[in-house]
Amino acid sequence: MTKIVTEGPAGYMPDSAPMMGVELAPEGQALLYGNVVTPEEAMRDAAIALLTKDNPTIFPGPQVLWDWKEDVAEKSAAILDLASEIPNCRIIPMPDYRPKYPKIDVKAEINPNHPNLTILDNKIKACVFVGVHCHYANLTLRMIRAGTDCYTVALCAYMGHEEAMASIRDLHASDILRFKEIVIEERDKLGIKWETTLPPENPSLPKEDNSTLSPADYGEYRSLIISRKGEHVAEVE
Amino acid sequence: MSLKYITPSERFKRYLPKDYVELIDYGPFGKTQDEAGPGNMGQFKELVEEHPMCSGCWMAYYIRLIFASLPKPEETVTIGTAGCGRLAISQAAVPFIYGNYGDQNAMASGLTRAFRLRFPDKTKDVITIAGDGGTMDIGFSMTMHSWIRGEKFTTIMLDNEVYGNTGGQSSGMSPKGAVLKMAPLGKDFEKMPATDLAKAAGCVYIVRMSPTNIKKAAKVIRRAIFVAREVGPTFIQAYTSCNIEYSIPTEDVFADAKAQEKDRFTFDEYMTDAAKEVIERVEAEEKAAKKAKKAMEA
Repeated sequence: MTKIVTEGPAGYMPDSAPMMGVELAPEGQALLYGNVVTPEEAMRDAAIALLTKDNPTIFPGPQVLWDWKEDVAEKSAAILDLASEIPNCRIIPMPDYRPKYPKIDVKAEINPNHPNLTILDNKIKACVFVGVHCHYANLTLRMIRAGTDCYTVALCAYMGHEEAMASIRDLHASDILRFKEIVIEERDKLGIKWETTLPPENPSLPKEDNSTLSPADYGEYRSLIISRKGEHVAEVE
Repeated sequence: MSLKYITPSERFKRYLPKDYVELIDYGPFGKTQDEAGPGNMGQFKELVEEHPMCSGCWMAYYIRLIFASLPKPEETVTIGTAGCGRLAISQAAVPFIYGNYGDQNAMASGLTRAFRLRFPDKTKDVITIAGDGGTMDIGFSMTMHSWIRGEKFTTIMLDNEVYGNTGGQSSGMSPKGAVLKMAPLGKDFEKMPATDLAKAAGCVYIVRMSPTNIKKAAKVIRRAIFVAREVGPTFIQAYTSCNIEYSIPTEDVFADAKAQEKDRFTFDEYMTDAAKEVIERVEAEEKAAKKAKKAMEA
C-alpha cells in the first residue's frame, strides 16, 4: 500500500488530501493513509498506533460530549470503554469551537483553531477524534498533519475524513465497541499487560466548592464585582 | 441552541474542562435574571469572561453586559462582523456567526426566518452586535434593508465613533471635526443620524444611550429583544468609547461615558404602540413572577 496521507509535519499549508487524489471511502469501507480499505484493516492499524505510540489521546467533540441526542449516552459509554482499554490513554475534550484567547489551557482542552498547541504540549503521537463536526474535523486534522507528527484517527458518524491517517465512516456505538475488541486483540498480540482503567479526569478540575464562594475570595479584584443593592462588603481576604 | 446542548453527557462530565463545568453548574443557562443577571454580575459564571480587548475598553464592558442581560442565552445566536467587538463576542458561550464585511444583518434576516420555520414552537433570539463601521458604513445597505423589510431581530451598534481595529480611520459615526490617527485634518462631515435612519426605515424600538447605568442598559437590551420577538426590528445605538484611538486614559473611561450621556449620547428611547404593548405586558409578567416567587419564599 502506498501511504498517501501520512503523519506530519507536512509543513505550513500542505496540499489537502483531496488535492493529493484521496477520495472519501464508499459506504462500508474505510480509509487508511488515503487508501480505501476494510474498516477492520483501518481499525487494526489505528489500534497498533494507539498501543505503540506515545501519549495516546481521545479527543471527544461536542456531538458526544453534550447530551443533545438519544444515542449520545451509548456512544459516550462506548468511547470510555475504548479509552479504558488503551494503556495510559487520556481524554482531552473539544467542547465547542469558539476561539480561546488570550490563552488556551492545553492540558485541559483542545481547540480546532489551534489543535497543534494541545498536541505538541502534551507530546501526543497518536490521537482519535470522535464527535467533532465534520467541517471542523477537516480543518483540525489538516492542521495536525501540517504541524505535528501525530497519527490521527477519525471516527466519523458521516462520510469520514481524508485528512486522517485512519478514517472510519458511518460510526455507531457498536463500531466503537468493535474497535475496542480489536485494540484488546492487538494489545494481547503485542504482549502489553494492561488492566482496564478509566482515563484520569480533566486536570483542570481541582476539588473546590464554589457554592461557598464569597466576595472575599475575589481578593483585590473585589472592586470588579458589582455590589447588590444595600450590600455592604466589609469582609476582605 | 437549547438547554440540551449545554447538558453534558452523563459519563463525560468529569472530562470537561473546569470552565465548562462551571458554566453548567453556575452559569446563566435556564436561570432568571434575578438568579444570574446584570444585578449580580461577578457572582455567577458569565458567558464571556476572558477576551483580548484593550485595557479599559468600554466596549468589552458593554458586551459583558449584553450577555448578562440575555433573556434566554441558551436560545440565542449572535452575529457580528469585522471589528473589535467580535473578538469578545465570538468568545462568549453563545453561538456566534461571523458576517463578512458588514453583512451581519442580511445573515440575521435569513437566520431569523429559518428559525421561525424550523422551530415554530420555540422562541429563538437573533442579535447582531457590530461596530459603527460594520453597521452604518460597510454594512449600511444590509442594515437598512433588514429594517425596511421588518425583519424581527435586534441590532446593537457598538458605537465607538472610529475604526479602532484598523488604526483609527474616521467612520460615518465619528463626530464632525474628530481628529484621529488616520484622519489628521479632522472629519469633515456630521455624525450620521443613526436613530433617525432607523426610525425612517421602520424600526419599532430604538434607543440611543451611553450605557453607564447597568440596570437601565440591561433593561433596554431586554426590551429590544422582547419587542423583536413579536413586533419587528429593534435597534440600540450604544456609546462604547475607544480609549486607544480617542486617547482616553483608562481611569477616565467611565467619566467620558458619563460626559457623553449629556452630549452626543443623551438617552433617547422610541417605541411604537405595538412595541409599547409588548414591553408593558412582558414587564408586568416579570413583575408578577417576581412577586409570586417572593410570596413562595415567605
